[in-house]
Amino acid sequence: MKPNPLWREEFSVFEADERYVNRRQLTKFLTLTSLAMFAGNIWILLKAWLRAGIPYPMRAVARAGEIAVGGVKLFEYPGPEEQCILVRTSEESYVAYSQKCTHLSCAVYYSALDRRLECPCHRGYFSIEDGSVLQGPPSRPLARVVLERRGPELVAIRMEERPEGR
Amino acid sequence: MFGYEFYVDTSRCIGCQSCLTACEECETHRGVSMINFDFLDRPNTIASAAFVCFHCEDPTCAEVCPADAIKKVEDGVVQSALKPRCIACSNCVLACPFGIPKIVPAYEQMMKCDMCYDRTSAGKRPMCATVCPSGALAYAHPDEIARTRRDQPVNTVRFGAELVRTKVFLMAPPGRDEIAIDITDYMWEGEPA
Repeated sequence: MKPNPLWREEFSVFEADERYVNRRQLTKFLTLTSLAMFAGNIWILLKAWLRAGIPYPMRAVARAGEIAVGGVKLFEYPGPEEQCILVRTSEESYVAYSQKCTHLSCAVYYSALDRRLECPCHRGYFSIEDGSVLQGPPSRPLARVVLERRGPELVAIRMEERPEGR
Repeated sequence: MFGYEFYVDTSRCIGCQSCLTACEECETHRGVSMINFDFLDRPNTIASAAFVCFHCEDPTCAEVCPADAIKKVEDGVVQSALKPRCIACSNCVLACPFGIPKIVPAYEQMMKCDMCYDRTSAGKRPMCATVCPSGALAYAHPDEIARTRRDQPVNTVRFGAELVRTKVFLMAPPGRDEIAIDITDYMWEGEPA
């Protein structure tokens, strides 16, 4: 029996053995995928616009002295399931940031040793002072939660959105 | 209809052409008949023959297709040319040893019998086999054929040195296990004058 020539293998007469993507399939794939991407981007844009109009609620997040210096408390702000991290950096200073890394939304943690917020997924580090990026893949600083001291309580007033970049 | 096979017995054909009309009703190629129907020697005999595609094991039509448009599916049925690929070059028409494929100029596509794939894949008989009154085109179980026919079903055809195995069976005289066709024999037009 003669061995099969290459064309028999590459252009098999059997439907099941077809491996090559033809031009039309590729064109269809490209068109539909770009359409889906376009629609997705429009949706994200609309969502951002709708969200911009909603005022931030005020919420007491911690009592003064509740956490130790270098300690951390997690809270949800502005809505439920939007995790934020409150850090007491010194005796009288508190900072809070959204816990969502601006790269791929992993939760960032406070490293008391290095005094920075660290994202464990891709080693993105953020400054504890202002949330700016110190290293790693994130391109935007963390969204800061503006805090106000009201008597014994720390109250979150609003989120400071800084979409313009670092 | 597991195990059912297609049997063509041209000696039973009575020339009623029901199969041509039934074939047009098939959903996969509505309005275009895929039966190859012929009167053999019109001035001298009423003999006629209806053929469907033989669905070769090694389909020559598909092998010669430069556009890779003719495909054989898992259950051994060779399909019509895929419309997006077919370039209507007629290579398959010239290559088929049985003369089955036809180019439909209106669609610029090769169309041929696909054994009513919408029906046979769903366990129904092909349209032509459901209407044939004489059993010239039959879709039946091999046991039934062995019980009711004297002839021997054969699915090996020899064209000179080329051996072609098919999915569809032809009925041959008893004792034959292949049909041999000498092409040059048919081309013989008598002694030169």
